[in-house]
Amino acid sequence: MPNSGDKIYGILARFDGPQSLYHAAKKVRDAGYEKFDCHSPFPIHGMDEAMGLKRSPIGWIAGLLAILGGGGFFALQWWTSAVDYPLVISGKPYFSFQAFVPITFAGAVIGAAFAAVLGMLIINQLPRLHHPLFNSDKFNVSDDGFFVSIESDDRRFDREKVIAFLKSIGAEEVEVISQ
Amino acid sequence: MSETTETYPTPGLEPPLITGNQTFHTVSDKICRIAERKVTRLWYVAISISGALTALLVVSIVYLFFTGIGIWGVNNPVGWGFAIINFVFWVGIGHAGTLISAILFLLRQRWRTSINRFAEAMTLMAVTCALIFPGIHVGRVWVVYFMFPVPNQMQVWPNFRSPLLWDVFAVGTYFLVSLLFWYTGLIPDLATMRDRAKTKIRKFVLGLFAVGWRGSNRQWKHYELAYLILAGISTPLVLSVHSVVSTDFAVSILPGWHSTIFPPYFVAGAIFSGFAMVMTLAVIVRKIFRLENFITIRHLETMNKIMLLTGMMVGYSYVIEFFMAWYSGNIYEAFTFITRATGPYAWAYWIMFCCNVIIPQIFWVRKWRRSIPVMFVASILINVGMWFERFVIVITSLANDFLPASWAYYKPTFWDISTLVGSFGLFFTLFLLFLRYIPLIAIAEVKGVLPQADPHYHKTSGTEETHAE
Repeated sequence: MPNSGDKIYGILARFDGPQSLYHAAKKVRDAGYEKFDCHSPFPIHGMDEAMGLKRSPIGWIAGLLAILGGGGFFALQWWTSAVDYPLVISGKPYFSFQAFVPITFAGAVIGAAFAAVLGMLIINQLPRLHHPLFNSDKFNVSDDGFFVSIESDDRRFDREKVIAFLKSIGAEEVEVISQ
Repeated sequence: MSETTETYPTPGLEPPLITGNQTFHTVSDKICRIAERKVTRLWYVAISISGALTALLVVSIVYLFFTGIGIWGVNNPVGWGFAIINFVFWVGIGHAGTLISAILFLLRQRWRTSINRFAEAMTLMAVTCALIFPGIHVGRVWVVYFMFPVPNQMQVWPNFRSPLLWDVFAVGTYFLVSLLFWYTGLIPDLATMRDRAKTKIRKFVLGLFAVGWRGSNRQWKHYELAYLILAGISTPLVLSVHSVVSTDFAVSILPGWHSTIFPPYFVAGAIFSGFAMVMTLAVIVRKIFRLENFITIRHLETMNKIMLLTGMMVGYSYVIEFFMAWYSGNIYEAFTFITRATGPYAWAYWIMFCCNVIIPQIFWVRKWRRSIPVMFVASILINVGMWFERFVIVITSLANDFLPASWAYYKPTFWDISTLVGSFGLFFTLFLLFLRYIPLIAIAEVKGVLPQADPHYHKTSGTEETHAE
């Protein structure tokens, strides 16, 4: 545990399961903390509402990129077939847009897929090589640990008060995480 | 838990998806350990065989590149031989993986979590095998880049009105999206393996691929929506990819190909054959790694029901093709179908018909639907049948076309068969590598379907105080 003078990342508290984590999240939210997070091995149903989180914007990003991808592929087909090197094939018009539908669709799908995955990573500030939470030896969130973390740059952060608060809402173990 | 002790489920009560009283920890432990333990001798034996077959594929391709497609049995008029049959076969196999990962996800079929990871892996590997064939069958491999809109010295572009080009884009998209979907699902599980890693190299490599995942709910929020979107856009892909493949045939004017039933017929066949391949692999994997608690008899039975359904859709298409040949009054069409069932390739037609239409009917019987040996043999026969379906479609229509003077009998050569066998070698090599290094069941998702994962779950002991909202 770091000394009280060191710069700390925040406080990490362990809870015993999805049920207690869910209720703890509501209490942390109601206590007015903003820079806090809940960690679990799998997404817990209803957790976003419990934490008071807004809906993810990934849908808009994917939708936009789907339009751009589809539009781009459509434009490519139009430009190559009707503008840059028009060729008569099977007596069809140069701009035979019906035949361009499958590849336009493929472009939209590729755009949406990459937007969803890369958008998710960028918004989550991933990939990253390290995070202060990994300084903890007990942070076994990928196995069966359930945690609440409250960051030190929250407006209401006060080391001793946060520790007492987390214990009062049922934390099994509380740890100060160094930066 | 053995299969025989399982009783009929209580009416109105869903039987548990995962058996054996798992905790979150036992789930991570049992699944990760498969990819962490020392390599068994069985694995070495298996990969030696599949590796040798992959080498045969490489030799066949190198010889093909040095000599030309004359080494194959293709002739005039049968210009499309094994290469296209194998391509359609392998693309079709992949469809079950996408159906399981995407459509069943959207339909909230929670049983999919036990099989989706390796079904998705199977998709990727099958599509990899499939993509080889259009690449090597072109004859002039040095201009294979003509398939892509690459600016070139002739300043001419690919013909975007051709279904063959749609195919390049459809299957290419399919591969990329499947890869993204699979990798996104893997991120939390790679984090689990990273946190369990003992050696420095493992920690580093797994840490790199796990992208620093820390299971935070602010991340899960975006992750879940991204996953949902991937499922949403993969769902039309399940239907569109094989529909586009079928237009390679349906857009031509050849009797037996020129048919509007082709897209749905191909999609049903693809899902049918894909589920058969998932079944073959699931039965083996479940037995070798003792995953009976994760892949329960209920999972297998559900897949058998899907095979029964899609098998009947395929059977319906076979019958409708005959009906349309008669009803259209087109003599060429009628001749083609009568020749299919009675002509020089009748043997192939009836192998196809028995394996795809008659064999799945055994799944009407509950006892057989739940019998591992029965479903294992049936799944292999179905895949044989589905390979012959593509053989019948490709070969019979070409071999006996409009003009009797140009008819010919198609016989595969050694190199045709070696390429086919070699592609199976590649498929199994990739699959064995997957089993060795990557968690073969989606750990985070399985944890999510355990009863105690529900935030409103009440422990039966009553000590836990929870309030349902």
